Amino acid sequence: MNGWSALDRFLRTDPRDVGCAQAMEMLHVYAELTAAGGPAEERYPGIAAHLRACGPCGEDFEGLLAALRDEAR
Amino acid sequence: MTVLLRLAALLAGWPVRNGVGRERPPAGAWVNGVGGEHLGSIVVMVPEDPGVGGTPAAAAPLDPESAEWLRVLADTGPRREAALARLHELLVRIARGEVARRGPRLRITGPELDDLAYQAAADALVAITGKIGQFRGESRFTTWACKFVIFGVSAKIGRHFWQNPGVPLDAEDWDRLPDRFGFDPAQEVEWRDLLAALHRAVDEELTLRQREVFVAIVLNDVPLDTLVVELASNRNAIYKMLFDARRKLRATLAAGGYLGQDTSRNS
Repeated sequence: MNGWSALDRFLRTDPRDVGCAQAMEMLHVYAELTAAGGPAEERYPGIAAHLRACGPCGEDFEGLLAALRDEAR
Repeated sequence: MTVLLRLAALLAGWPVRNGVGRERPPAGAWVNGVGGEHLGSIVVMVPEDPGVGGTPAAAAPLDPESAEWLRVLADTGPRREAALARLHELLVRIARGEVARRGPRLRITGPELDDLAYQAAADALVAITGKIGQFRGESRFTTWACKFVIFGVSAKIGRHFWQNPGVPLDAEDWDRLPDRFGFDPAQEVEWRDLLAALHRAVDEELTLRQREVFVAIVLNDVPLDTLVVELASNRNAIYKMLFDARRKLRATLAAGGYLGQDTSRNS
């Protein structure tokens, strides 16, 4: 990715984005559905959009997902 | 201090060594570089996802394990203490796994990282016991509980960087901008005007607060959750500020012909 596309990608916003508060509120549901192989993105497109754009919430999602998978072993 | 004494202190609201338990954790975490997936901001919200916000869904039937957790945590005496100890053990395990996962990208190592995990687990235990009435059975109880310790790790990391910033949080070095987005110095002639326009738009189009957030996160690479602590705000508010700033900046650059018009549904 070059600088132009990185900047363009950063500046683009998605109106479906539900924001941190709603994403954090539902993160356990979204993560559990994802871990089970369910259609999390389809069911919660606003959360999916947010997790793609928000570093901290995306990081929390990855962490929770990793924890679920570790505990399932 | 033993784990059980620590737990008792936390749940009683007593001061605990290392600041464990008394600190209200802000949301918080590490933010990727500008060119990555995550530099975010926030936003809004048009059609809400089903089940997100709005009227809370009716409580789902609990799976047996979750029901057992709720039962013993609502108990009193040794059974509750044993359940709290078991929950704390789970939270510590998750927290240690999470700091280990994030560790390679952090400037935190060794005992400090482990201490951070214990603090996050302790804070999470307090949050969980305080909010257990809000658990609606939409996931397993342990998944819901683990969410709090993940948030706790993020908050602790954000606060750590606030206490130990790599650069002054209010520094403003625009020479960093090309590198933050991965512009090749050898091709400066191609992007110089674009970044000059961006700088101008930041100065002229953003509110003071939006500008402050943009400079901190984009120029200075300050983690969003660190900014939460610095500005005594919350993750959602900072994200929204940056989201609005991004939208304004893109519209300005597109109007000036520096970026293509956004024809996607993301415009």
